[in-house]
Amino acid sequence: MFNASVATADGVGYPSGFPLLPHPAEMIIGLISFAILYWLFKTKVVPRLEELYTERAAAIEGGMEQAEQAQAEARAALEQYTAQLAEARAEANGIREAAREQGAQIVAEMRSRAQAEAARITESAKRQVEAERQQAVVSLRQEVGTLSTALASKIVGESLEDEVRQKGIVDRFLAELEAGEVTPEKVTPAGTDA
Amino acid sequence: MSPTVVSASWLSGAVVTAEGGEGGFPTPGVADFWWPVVPFHSDSAWALTRPALVMLISALVLGWFYVSATRKLSVVPSKNQFLVEGSYNFVRNTIGRDIIGSKDFLQFVPLLLTLFTLLLVNNVFGIVPFIQFPTMSRVGIPIVLTLIVYITYHTVAIRRKHGILPYFKSLVPPGLPGWLKPILFVLEFLTYFVIRPLTLALRLFGNMLAGHLMLLVFIVGGEYLLLEGSNLFLQASGVLSFAFSIFMTFFELLIEFLQAFIFTLLAALYISDAVSEHH
Repeated sequence: MFNASVATADGVGYPSGFPLLPHPAEMIIGLISFAILYWLFKTKVVPRLEELYTERAAAIEGGMEQAEQAQAEARAALEQYTAQLAEARAEANGIREAAREQGAQIVAEMRSRAQAEAARITESAKRQVEAERQQAVVSLRQEVGTLSTALASKIVGESLEDEVRQKGIVDRFLAELEAGEVTPEKVTPAGTDA
Repeated sequence: MSPTVVSASWLSGAVVTAEGGEGGFPTPGVADFWWPVVPFHSDSAWALTRPALVMLISALVLGWFYVSATRKLSVVPSKNQFLVEGSYNFVRNTIGRDIIGSKDFLQFVPLLLTLFTLLLVNNVFGIVPFIQFPTMSRVGIPIVLTLIVYITYHTVAIRRKHGILPYFKSLVPPGLPGWLKPILFVLEFLTYFVIRPLTLALRLFGNMLAGHLMLLVFIVGGEYLLLEGSNLFLQASGVLSFAFSIFMTFFELLIEFLQAFIFTLLAALYISDAVSEHH
């Protein structure tokens, strides 16, 4: 049939008579071309690409797994950090408490030291006052002697002065006074007044 | 000479050419698609023709490209791999999986990929400089591809429905009144066995032939007007015709892609019909 149809073609060209009549050589070569390409695609190209697809799917799944793992790790880390933070906060509280205690202690210590200092200052002041008083007593004693002598001279007469000097009556009286042989009530009001 | 007279002379020229005379405008026709490159036999039309050669070359180039590009595949694609994966994804997912269904589509992917790449490259060859021949404008090649699809979907259907008779029975949807069954059977039978293959082959062939013929008319006609036109107006029309042919070339590119897509899509659709349990 093919040969007959081909034979009908004339010199002008195969399709001049029947433009819709397929040319057998073209059909055969078309079939061969298709077969070659189909074979290549079926045996090589498609299996390779499908393999790639499964590989890629696996890679994506693996990636997701990895991501999940990373997320879990992150969560664990977060928990750890929270725990650490709570711990640190508790510790800070403790430290603050200790510092407060220590501060109170320091204040107390300072206070006691200041008190001691104050006591010391008071003591020394007292001592000074005592010394001054002693001095005053000594000078008073002389003055009282002189005054009483002068008073006595005025009362008894002028001659008493020499006699008193000779006999050391005033000194002796004062010594007796200090020794407690004479009651101080008689002298101290004069001493304190001076 | 007025344009009407010119067009009249074209017509007469065309008529003369068709009658084997000389002079006038040689109207492009189906005969222009006959390109015997290597004649096998001096007396007959047995020859290795230009479309056959283009087809063979396209298959070899495609095969080489796809095999070499998939030799070293990596999860992160390279440039060539990206191209291969792009076309493969398109055929596998958009055409194959979405139409045939994710259960059965994988075994038909090689067929669909072969059809789509072969058709796309051969169609686009229609406007690739120096090749400039849409292989599918020769009816033999679409017929071959359609036959492959035809045999495939009938074989699959007969296998799925366990025999020829159950297949015929499944053509008629269940639950119809008795008198409607024969009518519907005839209609469905015609659809499955005659109309589908016929339209599948002729749509592709017709689109490619007509598109290329149109380009031929504009280019050859433009050339004729420019060289043979007797006045400036005709020569200017020739330039305009050339400009329009450039526009039409881009339009052709769209048609070429669409036809490759439609052919593959319909093949997938027919296969999905065959694969499905119900009609």
